Amino acid sequence: MTRESYINAGLTFLLVLVPFWAWSTGQAYILTLCTKVAILALAGVGLNIALGLGGLVSFGHAAFFGIGGYAMGILASHAQTFDPIMDWPILIEGTKSMPVIWLVAVVASSLAALLIGALSLRTSGVYFIMITLAFGQMLYYFTIGWPAYGGEDGLSIYVRNSFPGLNTLVPVQFLILSYVVLGLALLFSARLARAPFGLALTAARQNADRVETVGIAPYRLRLVAFVISGSITGLAGALFADLNRFISPTMFSWHTSGEIMIFVILGGVGRLYGPVAGAALFILLEHLLGGVSEYWKIFLGALLLAVVLFARGGLIGTLAGREVAHG
Amino acid sequence: MTFLLFAEQMLNGLQFGIMLFLMAAGLTLVFGVMGLINLAHGSLYMIGAFAAAAVAGATGSFVLALIASLAAAAAAGALIELTVIRRLYKRDHLDQVLATFALILILSEGTRWVFGSFPLYLDVPSYLSGPVTLPGGIQYPLYRLAIIVAGLVVAGGLFALIARTRIGIQIRAGEADREMIAALGIDISRLYTLVFALGAALAGLAGALVGAIQSVQVGMGEPVLILAFVVIVIGGIGSIKGALVGALLVGMTDTMGGVLLPRFFALFLDPSAATTVGASLGSMLIYILMAVVLIMRPSGLYGSA
Repeated sequence: MTRESYINAGLTFLLVLVPFWAWSTGQAYILTLCTKVAILALAGVGLNIALGLGGLVSFGHAAFFGIGGYAMGILASHAQTFDPIMDWPILIEGTKSMPVIWLVAVVASSLAALLIGALSLRTSGVYFIMITLAFGQMLYYFTIGWPAYGGEDGLSIYVRNSFPGLNTLVPVQFLILSYVVLGLALLFSARLARAPFGLALTAARQNADRVETVGIAPYRLRLVAFVISGSITGLAGALFADLNRFISPTMFSWHTSGEIMIFVILGGVGRLYGPVAGAALFILLEHLLGGVSEYWKIFLGALLLAVVLFARGGLIGTLAGREVAHG
Repeated sequence: MTFLLFAEQMLNGLQFGIMLFLMAAGLTLVFGVMGLINLAHGSLYMIGAFAAAAVAGATGSFVLALIASLAAAAAAGALIELTVIRRLYKRDHLDQVLATFALILILSEGTRWVFGSFPLYLDVPSYLSGPVTLPGGIQYPLYRLAIIVAGLVVAGGLFALIARTRIGIQIRAGEADREMIAALGIDISRLYTLVFALGAALAGLAGALVGAIQSVQVGMGEPVLILAFVVIVIGGIGSIKGALVGALLVGMTDTMGGVLLPRFFALFLDPSAATTVGASLGSMLIYILMAVVLIMRPSGLYGSA
């Protein structure tokens, strides 16, 4: 085992221990915080596939996070009022069932990622950063101006959606559900990185010309990676909306894109557990410093600056030593 | 739609475009010369507006307020460049995006800490308030007309600075070949600080000028920053001419789209639906414009790469 896998094991242990302790002492608030870590980490796992493996600096992942959230909001609000989403040409009703909502969130965000990716990947470098940012903002302004689902004020869903066999209103059950989804995404992400597709994607990040020379089109690799990345972040958006039982255009704002990126960077770009470590650190800081000062984002900014300037591998990179898999 | 209303909206679009140019000029200069993508540019806009509001509140003089906005933003820009930004020139764009995003968090929350969360107000001076009648019977606020003129003068000055002066030659040479101008004995790090401070001063001036129309508050720089990015991406990153064309294009599209689209949809939709669809599409219009430009020309209208 490498030092990184020991760190990952330690993190997993901590992430299980803390909620177990909170559950046994009846601290529902801590359970909610842990759920939030898992869901935000999931969004980061999605971005990490594009950013860490593919080297695609997407500053617009809030678009997919928001689409996932709005998929949940639209389906659940129609189910809440028993008002079908459309009745022509086919009848589509709202639903409160999480598996269906997740499926819709994943499909909708993949389609969006396919469209945004197909256009954005024609550019590279700063232009790619900017065009992804612009697509995110486009959806942000669209949802602000779209009154059907709350417009600028957002929309509340009164009862959390249901999952067969579980009572999702019990914090610990929703927590376990989120952990399982995160675990599956991590497993998928680890397998993806070692699969031929992941290796080709990594190679395309390091030297696109050589990959092209051996007969693989980097554009298609990147597009597929972008779609997978967007769909996982979209799923996280649906879960996040369910955690808060609220959706609003803020989910689409560029601050959300920046924060998802912060999770990945604080933890370590391209590291399997990077987003998990980053999201945990972010929530920990928000919780600890937020209690000390309402201006806690000054400290977050200073920390982020320090990580970028001096500790370039993020938390895991600093602890695990030199970069192993990613150059 | 009457001619008068149309003309007035054209002027609004022009005014918006000119202000966007002041923001975009600094961004595109910094990118062209130093290869740096600076998200914190919107914070310098905010600092300029706050400095102007504070000085205007203390002295009552609008001219002093404008001078303060230039000085404060330039000083803040130079300070940021010396402490943080110069470590980022050799880094990749991801590091630059993150570090300058961190600067936004620090500067925004720092400003909130000093000035509080409530907006400040910067009053239009009495000699620039009220409407003025233009040829053709167009009534237009004098202050907005003044900022169009001021913006055009500054833009002209900037073009003259870059085309005619020694500093301008160094800036253009820096864009073309960094090593070479360092080898010719020009203090490149001093040039970088200067360019950064110049861009910051322009952003600060824009913040102060716009601050008198809108309120001065934390976060005011962010929507403008993103629009300025759209501008330089459309114009081609690094090109001042592209920034001017892009700024006018974005300013006009945004203003005219917001006015014309609801009227266009009213032709075949009922009024409330037309307003809704028109307004949401209007706010998306510049991003659609940007996507179209990038698909046609992946490095912008005047981009070189």
